Amino acid sequence: MAVLNEEQEMLRDMAREWATNESPVTEFRKVRARGEPEAFDREAYATMAEMGWAGVIIPEEHGGSDFGFLSAGLVIEELGKTLTASPLIATTLAASAIILGGSEQQKSKWLPKLAHGEAIATLAIDEGAHHDPDAIEAVVVEGKLTGTKAFVAEAHGADLFVVAAKDGLYLVEKGDGVTLTTRRLTDQRSHADIAFDGAAAEKLADGGDDLLGRVLDRARVLTAAEMLGMAQTVFDMTLAYLKQRVQFNQVLSTFQALQHRMADLFADLAQMRSAVEAGLQAIDSGAGAERAAIVAKAEANRVLHTISNEGIQLHGGIGMTDEYDVGFYLKRARVLENAWGTTSLLRDRFASLGGY
Amino acid sequence: MATQIEPEARDSAELFREEVRQFIADNFPEELKGKGLSMGGVEGATKESPAQKSWREAMGGRGWGTPTWPKEYGGGGLSRKQAAILNEELARAGAYNPIGGMGVMMFGPTLLEYGSEAQKQEHIPPICRGEIRWCQGYSEPNAGSDLANLQTMAEDKGDHYLVNGQKTWTSGGQWADKCFAIVRTDRSDKHKGISFLLIDMDSPGVEVRPITMISGTSPFCETFFTDVKVPKENLVGEEGQGWTIGKRLLQHERTNLSGAAPGSRSGASLADIAKKYGRVSKDGTLADPVLRDRIADFEIRWTSFLHTARRAVEESKAQGGVSEISSALKKLGTKLGQERAELTIEIMGLQGLGWEGDNFSPVELQGVRAWLYGKATTIYGGSTEIQNNVIAKRVLGMLDHQ
Ligand SMILES: Cc1cc2nc3c(=O)[nH]c(=O)nc-3n(C[C@H](O)[C@H](O)[C@H](O)COP(=O)(O)OP(=O)(O)OC[C@H]3O[C@@H](n4cnc5c(N)ncnc54)[C@H](O)[C@@H]3O)c2cc1C
Repeated sequence: MAVLNEEQEMLRDMAREWATNESPVTEFRKVRARGEPEAFDREAYATMAEMGWAGVIIPEEHGGSDFGFLSAGLVIEELGKTLTASPLIATTLAASAIILGGSEQQKSKWLPKLAHGEAIATLAIDEGAHHDPDAIEAVVVEGKLTGTKAFVAEAHGADLFVVAAKDGLYLVEKGDGVTLTTRRLTDQRSHADIAFDGAAAEKLADGGDDLLGRVLDRARVLTAAEMLGMAQTVFDMTLAYLKQRVQFNQVLSTFQALQHRMADLFADLAQMRSAVEAGLQAIDSGAGAERAAIVAKAEANRVLHTISNEGIQLHGGIGMTDEYDVGFYLKRARVLENAWGTTSLLRDRFASLGGY
Repeated sequence: MATQIEPEARDSAELFREEVRQFIADNFPEELKGKGLSMGGVEGATKESPAQKSWREAMGGRGWGTPTWPKEYGGGGLSRKQAAILNEELARAGAYNPIGGMGVMMFGPTLLEYGSEAQKQEHIPPICRGEIRWCQGYSEPNAGSDLANLQTMAEDKGDHYLVNGQKTWTSGGQWADKCFAIVRTDRSDKHKGISFLLIDMDSPGVEVRPITMISGTSPFCETFFTDVKVPKENLVGEEGQGWTIGKRLLQHERTNLSGAAPGSRSGASLADIAKKYGRVSKDGTLADPVLRDRIADFEIRWTSFLHTARRAVEESKAQGGVSEISSALKKLGTKLGQERAELTIEIMGLQGLGWEGDNFSPVELQGVRAWLYGKATTIYGGSTEIQNNVIAKRVLGMLDHQ
């Protein structure tokens, strides 16, 4: 665990307490049962914003606390543990794009609203079912955006979209020229395809050429933080189950075959945690952020993939039931594995960065 | 190895092939071409169409749904070789065997071995005709991998048993007509106190509650027995012999389950799927070298698994017993099936993770459910861990360390 300062510890403890008490997986079950495309609880999100979580990375002059990405990651990790459905990551990432590339006027218009939970925003980057930032076709002509975006997370609740066009990132407000088509994925969260048809778009002009790349670094580490929380929980649930389930007159945890499996997962999880924390810290320090973000997401993909499968397997039949929570983590895991780079894409990038 | 086939034998094989072709031409409804029997008949009691019914009855009438079972009980009475020809011709015609399920896969072969004459006469023909659905009453809340710990009690009441207890994970319990169950007839001995009993699912006192799975369907149930009367003639073998019979049935289950992970046999190859969902180079190869490598890796291992499965069959035939690698088959086949499903959704990206909606094709949506359902294949029928224990102890002679 990264060494935390007092503020960070408080933030994490608060998030942990709230998620455990107010937002256990039963809350996600309610969201799922409602079946609304928006797929999150507005009231719960308002509470999160009140606690300052939507403004963790936003500068103080724009209504945030400027605690940085490690702090944001701590909160996200806790929410990942209980599968809390919210547009917190999406909004944080959109805010980061505005912080990195927005004009003063764009910042003062949007950041306070995002920090206070009055507006929700999300990134709309990819145009197909695979993350592929090199294949962007959307174009802006005279302030009008045309193109399509695929599988945009948290699109239904969003007031604002940060959209990747051929020549950079743009802000597009919900409204004329923006049409959503719901995509129901296995994780039962908000995803949509978006058609932009001459929608009014304002460029984030101050971010330099690699604005998209830097935003994607942030997307990778925050997503990895959610995955870390999920992996930790599946691990904890599985361990607790093995310690109480009796077969052959013994608790399962006495079988060496299973002990070694858990030991392997424990070691993997330790690696995942340090990779994710290092990624978050690299964003905050600015040193080697791209590489660190790739390592964080690639390790998160690898380890959560294994743990989510092992979690089902080691629970036996009960793990296959909808009534038991472990399956939800498996389904969400595969969706997040696809977000902002599958393992093979990340490995390819990593090799390119290393010049091989 | 190419063995010389005697001219006469070849003639009779060719004659048989002719007969099969003619039968398929006369009986297989064109509209069923390319369709199959879904998930061994446990995935839901879908209504049988008139075409499906006539095809089932035609195959059932010949006993060809259970081709190698004895003729006197309604089976096909075919040799293995003839059965192989039948399969080839069915596949060639885009047809399928319409008769399946647990009755065919596990219960029938076990009853043929252990049942009384009267039991075979009563139960085998309806299985051959595909008229009766069977479910498996083995697992209980506290008897999963440790099956012999089962507690469902069958009390001797003279002319009948009175059954009380609970089974769980009963696949297809809500659609089944009958259940082959292992029950306790004696509390004093863990293994010798078990008996093999056939229970009518519509007997008073049988209650099933479907359980929803992570794949969204409810193909399995909790099954409760409260003072259920089961006639004595429904005991298979002797009282107390149930563990031996029950384990024999599990061998059939394992053999049938290796390689049965959903998705492992679906039509399109991984490479074809990858070409459809990913980028293709000008020379027609996959543009993503990493993916190409992984598909090749998978296909190589899948091919060698198929060789292994074939070898196991040949060895058991030659030895007249179970091949020592057959214990490894279920573990290998189910794992590979799961890997294939994982690779498929990865190739499709988010398009391969749809839950519902018109913007996913039926193949995509089924793929997601099959991926999720397929996680069960390494759990049921003796989990991978239990297979490992079996291999270590029975095949390798390694001792328990506890
Ligand atoms: C989809 C599905 C359908 C099923 N259908 C049927 C059915 O029709 N009829 C029926 O009777 N049953 C059915 N089952 C039940 C199935 O056979 C059991 O789930 C299985 O035997 C495992 O038991 P369990 O679930 O109690 O897991 P447990 O026995 O509790 O095992 C939990 C985990 O511990 C591992 N483990 C257990 N013991 C050991 C050991 N000694 N050493 C190492 N690892 C160990 C297991 O491998 C597993 O990973 C079905 C199950 C599923 C998931």
